[in-house]
Amino acid sequence: MNIQFRETTESASPPTIKTAIADCDIHPARATRTELYPYLAKRWQHHLDVYGVHAYQGMMEGPPYPKAQPNASRRDAYPPEGGPQGSSLSFMQQQHLDPNNVQLGVLNPLGTGQGIRNHELSAALCSAINDWQIDKWTSKDKRLKASIVVGNEDAMTAAAEIRERAGDKNFVQVLLLSRNVEPLGQRRYWPIYQAAEEAGLPVGVHAFGFGGNPITPSGWPSYYIEEMVGHSQCQQSALASLVLEGVCERFPKLKMVMIEAGFGWAPSLCWRLDKVWQRLRSEVPHVRRPPSEYIREQVWWTTQPMEDPERREDLLDVIEWIGWDRLLFATDYPHWDYDEPSRVLPPGVSEANREAFYLGNARKLYGITA
Amino acid sequence: MARHVIAPVDEFPPGTRKFLEIDGRPIAVFNIKGEYFGLSNRCPHQGAALCEGPLIGLAQSKDPGEIEYSRLGEIIRCPWHGWEFDVRTGQSYCDPRRFRVKAYPAHVEPGASVVKGPYVAETIPVRVESNYVVVEL
Repeated sequence: MNIQFRETTESASPPTIKTAIADCDIHPARATRTELYPYLAKRWQHHLDVYGVHAYQGMMEGPPYPKAQPNASRRDAYPPEGGPQGSSLSFMQQQHLDPNNVQLGVLNPLGTGQGIRNHELSAALCSAINDWQIDKWTSKDKRLKASIVVGNEDAMTAAAEIRERAGDKNFVQVLLLSRNVEPLGQRRYWPIYQAAEEAGLPVGVHAFGFGGNPITPSGWPSYYIEEMVGHSQCQQSALASLVLEGVCERFPKLKMVMIEAGFGWAPSLCWRLDKVWQRLRSEVPHVRRPPSEYIREQVWWTTQPMEDPERREDLLDVIEWIGWDRLLFATDYPHWDYDEPSRVLPPGVSEANREAFYLGNARKLYGITA
Repeated sequence: MARHVIAPVDEFPPGTRKFLEIDGRPIAVFNIKGEYFGLSNRCPHQGAALCEGPLIGLAQSKDPGEIEYSRLGEIIRCPWHGWEFDVRTGQSYCDPRRFRVKAYPAHVEPGASVVKGPYVAETIPVRVESNYVVVEL
């Protein structure tokens, strides 16, 4: 017999999924350090060249890369034309958007202008990132939608940026990070929520950030693996703060999305919050209903990184509790802990729930019609 | 088990790898210090092209603070989630019972043996005097 083989360079491309999906957490990257300069005033270009940026924290957590893979990204996601993973639209289309049948992709740029101590620089960088998202991404591929990146520590300027972008169909949410100088529910951040509510835009709270506090409540950990699990602790604190400080009560139309911190912890957080609220309600009389009620009405969750329980059906129990209408599928492309769309759900999920999970919920929340 | 001639030895030097599709199956073959190993190029976890990851060593520890790093270049690390597998056997060190990668025997055979019988490579001109890397599938 003759032997058939084919030499390939990119063998084992993952099986393509036929189901149309939304990917509610895509991370576009800049190809070069100065890629934002065309969107920055000369004053800030010079400032960056001379002084750089100063985050609220030193090189303790966050900036030191690679983090598990180069740039914390898939090793196979380097664009052929060079540059870091996530910096090429054409390669993103070829590697991810087309084969995975992504119908809606929500961009969440990281390492932007958030968490920078110089608030004017922070505002300028965030605004530049927003212009860049339109120019380089959303105007070139209609599947992609951007998040309004705001200088989170100066809420008045952040609110101004939201108002300026409100109504622009390139943007579908406001992007905050979970690690800030103060817990997210505190009043210094309220102008952001007010502006987002007025604009009808959900606020996405993405795990990460450079607030200056350690990632765990008990201090700086030794290992990256601790940072990985720290994100969910951090997100729980952020969510508790948003409810207990009265943000949900004060801004009842505000929608929030918990991004990239898993969701398996949601039921137990709600149970604990409700239990202590029954006993300590008089301390926070502005929280007029059980905390879980606010969360059920105002919070959505992106799926990645999905918990991976030993018995896969356990995941379905958690989803049942959260609600099939509350989860937004996300891959985290091009980051290394990417979730492969065809592999995340156990079998036995109804067609209606699958559709909601993969696409319907996201379209509804972000107001994207088919 | 069919044998597939994939390359003459002198076109497959140590430290290199080849990606192939044989009978529709994605396979990678490694030359590690003169020894050849074949592995399925699909990670059993979520299906990434496993063998596009780096070859690293095996970090083990008997006690916190004691780190042994051995077998340099014999462990493949998935380009997505970093799952590690032994290139020699396809064995995972995290959960060896549930997760392993299919390993395919790869070795060198003299040309005289591969041109005889049914084992004729279609795309590689087989010169009888050379040695060839052969994968068994």
